[in-house]
Amino acid sequence: MDFALSDEQEAVREAIARICTRFDDKYWHDRDQTGGFPHELHQAMAEGGWLGICMPTDYGGAGLGITEAAIMMQAIAESGAGMSGASAIHMNIFGLNPVVVFGTEEQKARMLPPLIAGREKACFAVTEPNTGLDTTRLRTRAERRGDRYVVNGQKVWISTAQVAEKMLLLARTTPLDQVRKRTEGLSLFYTTIDRARVEAREIPKMGRKAVDSNQVFFDNFEVPVEDRIGEEGRGFEYILHGMNPERILIAAEAVGLGRVALARATQYAKERVVFERPIGQNQAIQHPLAEAWMQLEAAQLMVMNAAWRYDRGLSCGAQANASKYLAAEAGFFACQQAVMTHGGFGYAKEYHVERYLREIMIPRLTPVSPQLILCFIAERVLGLPKSY
Amino acid sequence: MKILVPVKRVVDYNVKVRVKSDGTGVETAGVKMSMNPFDEIAVEEAVRLKEKGVATEIIAVSMGVAQCGETIRTALAMGADRGILVETDADLQPLAVAKMLKVLVDREQPTLVVMGKQAIDDDMNATGQMLAALLGWAQGTFASKVAIEGDKATVTREIDGGLETVALKLPAVVTTDLRLNEPRYASLPNIMKARKKPIETIKPADLGVDPAPRLTVIKVAEPPKRQAGKKVGSVAELVAKLKTEAKVI
Repeated sequence: MDFALSDEQEAVREAIARICTRFDDKYWHDRDQTGGFPHELHQAMAEGGWLGICMPTDYGGAGLGITEAAIMMQAIAESGAGMSGASAIHMNIFGLNPVVVFGTEEQKARMLPPLIAGREKACFAVTEPNTGLDTTRLRTRAERRGDRYVVNGQKVWISTAQVAEKMLLLARTTPLDQVRKRTEGLSLFYTTIDRARVEAREIPKMGRKAVDSNQVFFDNFEVPVEDRIGEEGRGFEYILHGMNPERILIAAEAVGLGRVALARATQYAKERVVFERPIGQNQAIQHPLAEAWMQLEAAQLMVMNAAWRYDRGLSCGAQANASKYLAAEAGFFACQQAVMTHGGFGYAKEYHVERYLREIMIPRLTPVSPQLILCFIAERVLGLPKSY
Repeated sequence: MKILVPVKRVVDYNVKVRVKSDGTGVETAGVKMSMNPFDEIAVEEAVRLKEKGVATEIIAVSMGVAQCGETIRTALAMGADRGILVETDADLQPLAVAKMLKVLVDREQPTLVVMGKQAIDDDMNATGQMLAALLGWAQGTFASKVAIEGDKATVTREIDGGLETVALKLPAVVTTDLRLNEPRYASLPNIMKARKKPIETIKPADLGVDPAPRLTVIKVAEPPKRQAGKKVGSVAELVAKLKTEAKVI
């Protein structure tokens, strides 16, 4: 058993941290105030070849694993970029895995290089307002008409739909009452967003103002047949492939954000003098910070365990879900404690920690709720009866 | 034209250095180590010369413990072509390093050696000069600009009071100052390529050099803690304090 990062993994971490020094606290503070996608970060990552970190080498990627991608995403969040930085590229790192695994050679050659080069950005359109996590009940319809599909319906919580050129879209091609199993009849598409037929309405939200979240409406949106990934009706199965890696990446990001919050809190606790002593000398201040460190480290071990299992082709559903849960909660505890440690100043934007606290809610809530992870562990790991 | 670039593994410049409790040196256990920043500038300059078509091959050399291989790997990711690691646990001092570099220069026959003007750990600022002397080569130290033309190098040096430009006949040793360039970030494809580039590992004995230290460190101590400043309410008070307390006017 070896818990150390390899030289190459250290190099990934180091290189990303260096790129991120160009995007300082002020940059993210300003983005949080005024919004606006961090195109500069996305471009910097593209120029360094980082967007292709786990894409196949044949298409310009580096062919590394989810472990390295997790290290990369964590370094971005930990730089102080938080979810504003991580979410700006998150989807582009692993979202196209269904294309990699199930796409044809022609599709891969057409779809992957522009994404890796940063010429195109992709968004991930699965969730719908009336279905939540019950994905098989998706209502967005894609009806085949000759050499195209015509899509109608709506999606919600689609990140980066304002700035993306491309969309990975899951829609029902066979109505629910005509399929044997509910998981059948959904199809997956990777296609160009036609703004005349696809309307993205930004949702004002608590944090991460830089990276838009949207309601998306499709009105007779035409998708060419050659943009369908894999077979018609098997989209659900394809999309499941990317679920575990996505949980692992967001977990790594949550630990990264927790770490930067803890670092700020610790620094403040050392410097802030009240009653002629640094507040960090008080156990009431230092114990919660020590606790935050332990929780983050424990969560990190689970993240790396899940990533390691995924990269070796071992089952990792339990570990990926557990890592998402543990990392989000540990990150939340650390961010909350960072605000509390700063006292009243923690509530001021100038100290950055309130921004972290607003952003750490994202990994807690998404891509799956903590409750549903508990249900999954209870049912699938412990063998208890299904509760929902 | 071949360029040899020596790179040193030092405590990362962001780390707050701590003196060991027994006063024999600074704490390096569990401390983040990186390439000496001046050496990064040297690698960058060599890579730029290669990109301009002036250089054909860049050899990165590091000396010290096995982990110096990581420092070489960093140079390879920036664009060096191959590496040589002289592996030893000995405490290496400038003269020993310069002697070993001389043997490597004799073997590899580079036209140019580009290296940091000093390392940020011991701040010796000696190895480049010693190497030039041992080789009988020209030297251009504290370079803030380097231009190569034919068998000549023009080096702009940062000196007290301004800039000095010297013309060197190649082969030569150039040591780099802070403003020579801004080193690049290693891109992911280059980090991947660096994995496949060769690193040759040898020992000081293979070079026929005894690296035993000639200098003895007697004691390493922390600088005295800076006292907090005093705030004054008026110019008159300031002048009074400067006269009576600081006794400078």
